[in-house]
Amino acid sequence: MQKNLKWKLLLILAVMLIALYWTVSPSERGEGWFSRINLGLDLRGGIHLVLQVMTDEALQQEINQDAEKIALDLRAKGITLESSRRSGGLSLEVTGVDSARESEVRAYLGAGYERRYTNRSRTIEGKTTYTLTLLGAESRRLQESTVRQALETVRRRVDALGVAEPTLQIYGSSGQEVQDQIIVELPGVDDPERVKELIGRTAQLELRLVKRENGGPFTSIESAVQANSGRIPEGWEILPSRDDRGQQQSRLEYLVVSSVPTITGGHLKNARRDVDGNGLPAVGFYLNAEGADIFTRTSEQHIGDRLAIVLDKVVVSAPVINERLGADNIIHGQFTVQQAEDLAMLLRSGALPASLRVLEERTVGASLGNDSIQAGLMAWAIGFGLVVLGMVVYYRRSGWNAVLCLVGNLVLLMGFMGAVGATLTLPGIAGVLLTIGMAVDANILIFERIREEMRSGKTVRASIDDGFKRAFLTIFDSNTTTLIAAAFLFQFGTGPIRGFAVTLTVGLVANLFTAVWMSHRFFDWMLGDRKVETLSI
Amino acid sequence: MEILRDVSIDWLGKKWIFLSISFVLLAVGVGAYIVHGGLAYGIDFTGGTIIYLKFDKTPDIDAIRSALRPESVGTTIIQQYDTREMNSVVVRMQMVFETEQGVDAGQKAVRQLLSSAFDPQNVGRGELDFNSVGLGTVAQFIRNADPDNLQAQNKTAQEAEDHYQALARSLLDYRDRTKDGLVNSLDELAGVPGSSAAVVDSLRKGFYTGSFAVKGVESVGAVVGANLRRRASLAVGLSLLGMLVYIGFRFKPVYGVAAVIALFHDVLITLGLFAVTGKEISLIVVAAILTLVGYSVNDTIVIFDRVRENLPRYRRQPISEVLNLSINQTLSRTVMTSGMTFLSVLALFVFGGEVLNAFSFALVIGIIAGTYSTIALASPIVVAWTRMQEDRPKRKTS
Repeated sequence: MQKNLKWKLLLILAVMLIALYWTVSPSERGEGWFSRINLGLDLRGGIHLVLQVMTDEALQQEINQDAEKIALDLRAKGITLESSRRSGGLSLEVTGVDSARESEVRAYLGAGYERRYTNRSRTIEGKTTYTLTLLGAESRRLQESTVRQALETVRRRVDALGVAEPTLQIYGSSGQEVQDQIIVELPGVDDPERVKELIGRTAQLELRLVKRENGGPFTSIESAVQANSGRIPEGWEILPSRDDRGQQQSRLEYLVVSSVPTITGGHLKNARRDVDGNGLPAVGFYLNAEGADIFTRTSEQHIGDRLAIVLDKVVVSAPVINERLGADNIIHGQFTVQQAEDLAMLLRSGALPASLRVLEERTVGASLGNDSIQAGLMAWAIGFGLVVLGMVVYYRRSGWNAVLCLVGNLVLLMGFMGAVGATLTLPGIAGVLLTIGMAVDANILIFERIREEMRSGKTVRASIDDGFKRAFLTIFDSNTTTLIAAAFLFQFGTGPIRGFAVTLTVGLVANLFTAVWMSHRFFDWMLGDRKVETLSI
Repeated sequence: MEILRDVSIDWLGKKWIFLSISFVLLAVGVGAYIVHGGLAYGIDFTGGTIIYLKFDKTPDIDAIRSALRPESVGTTIIQQYDTREMNSVVVRMQMVFETEQGVDAGQKAVRQLLSSAFDPQNVGRGELDFNSVGLGTVAQFIRNADPDNLQAQNKTAQEAEDHYQALARSLLDYRDRTKDGLVNSLDELAGVPGSSAAVVDSLRKGFYTGSFAVKGVESVGAVVGANLRRRASLAVGLSLLGMLVYIGFRFKPVYGVAAVIALFHDVLITLGLFAVTGKEISLIVVAAILTLVGYSVNDTIVIFDRVRENLPRYRRQPISEVLNLSINQTLSRTVMTSGMTFLSVLALFVFGGEVLNAFSFALVIGIIAGTYSTIALASPIVVAWTRMQEDRPKRKTS
């Protein structure tokens, strides 16, 4: 019995040492105590964002492109049509098609678009209208791929910002209420405005020609329309041009530019912060082979015209083309150094496939996180102290046994957190504190039972053994119900609340080891081989 | 030490007193609910914005209130919250500012309005508020200013970068950790390790120290809120169901029903006190309620367990006697356990800080209610049910 006990005590010691190792040993994060414990955003400071990917935009753009393509193809075949455009929602309409050539059109649409759209047509007086509606499965596929692309772009931007240990995940699935969302967690980031700006910018770069006659700039849309004799001709559109000078309210001007971009973000190869001829901050960009080719040809044909550099549908600058241009170019635009740096980074990381909308933002400044740690530790220390006091006063020497188990429980809990890299959040600290309260419950149940057994006239040793045996079922039942609640908690919550559920669960499981098994061994040890008459309980 | 040994209190004989107490408490809760027009849901569920601010001196709440005019930011609730200096203020806005870009328009408006009210001399100038800038901005600024003249000493760009990055970090650590987020004057920064009068002089060219700092922001959009509310009710409902099934399975179905009614009572009492105090129900309060469900069922289980053990032994006794006996036998444990947990949660409530305040409040209430409801509610239900079962065969024979 005694020899056996020695081994058991050694086992306890070994388990505790392993847990202690995982708690306080240095890690990649640094040398400090508890560096293995992963602190949640609410404690170390940082930003939590829930972003909605506006996937409808991507769908509409896709449909617009298809509509344009259909018009081009049909006209190339010599088939007349009035228009081909997206008609509200997720369908497109090809109107006024020569009905004499219906079979040809049907064959064309069937071959290229059958997998994507359902097709209905009606013919009135020799003109046929085809209505193509995007298929459900197809729209879901497009939505999902848009979200994935957006996530990748955001990831590239976050990486470029140099955030350590960012978390990015897609949230919600199609067909459900919550869909197409991205959760971004950036620990330690202390500049939320800049980060939101950088993550949320679509960063769609386009180079478009400015209309040679009456191209602007105009002070209002109306005057732009008036200057073009009341109607903007097909193939051109009006875009605002921002003039960002320092902090002042930006003045808006309007330019008439080609509705078809010469160069798009897809032609970009690289971008970097640069300086212009006057030594002012600018953004240099480098085109790929296809882009350079188009750009050289276009610039040759349009010397003397203006070229609008358009970012997210706003003209940044519109310099005059003075010479044939190549792959290497520069954007001027009254940037600060930081703005130029950021824009270059955005261009490098690529455009978002659809715009993002912030649904939820939680920013915890480093000082608030620090406050929470202080308050949490304070509450924890006082709570722990009170429990220790209560146990020792009420159960005397046996109370110390319970305290030892409590410490063991905490070491196991922390060791587990350190080993698996679980995150400690502010509610998690509360969970640890609550675990203390619940962990002593097991000790109390056992001690009360031992007292009862002793009162009924059993020997000390028999009382202890029976006390542990009888209390076990109760402890098991009560821990199980708490675990059930913790499981729902985990399922329901995000971030901080999950941290709470995790500490609660691990604490309760460790409790079975410490309060039920370890504590029993300590009693055995305390009694030794002697014949004991009394127990300090 | 031992108290509550060999007690013999007739708990079940007092069931009408208990039931009246519960009834009164629930009625008060319902009354408050009606008077206040429902529970005060936090922004997690309604959508809205919470901003944690710290000022350089105890701020005049009326000045803040008049700066945040309702016509520009909607109704706001402004409270001071820290206990030592009373410099911290939390602003809650129920109105959801959801623009095309997102939910953060409200906090931007608040920042702007407060800046023009408290730092009018600095608004519109090119300088930045040192109390609201991030590490990147400070590091870049002092690298460009180069107050330590590293360029003259032929250091490489990388060395300069590292040097000033470390300096910026220690400046901001001083602000965030030593000064709790707010520096009163740039002069203080000369004493920071690695810093010097030259560093402060160069900072002066680009920064001022604003009289308040934003320590944290939570903004939740209306869509997210509605979804969370549904999930919260679902989680609480399902966990109650989980308890019903587990206890029904481990004991008898009626014990499960009794335990769940007691739990339901605890949740209602807690919510009732939230209605009375007007405290906000936030995500974390729901977490507390779920914990409460898991915790307060423990008491019920301990007593039911003892009943299960005592039933064969005291077969002749009426069920109410067995329950009384079981409650009394475990009373010492009940008081000790609840007492210990109560103490730790109380510590959390008193010292745990603003963020955990409502959470620990829910637990403090819940622990009391949970302990009480087992004796006052779950036990009488079991007795009443068992008596009904016993009566039935008699009625048949007569």
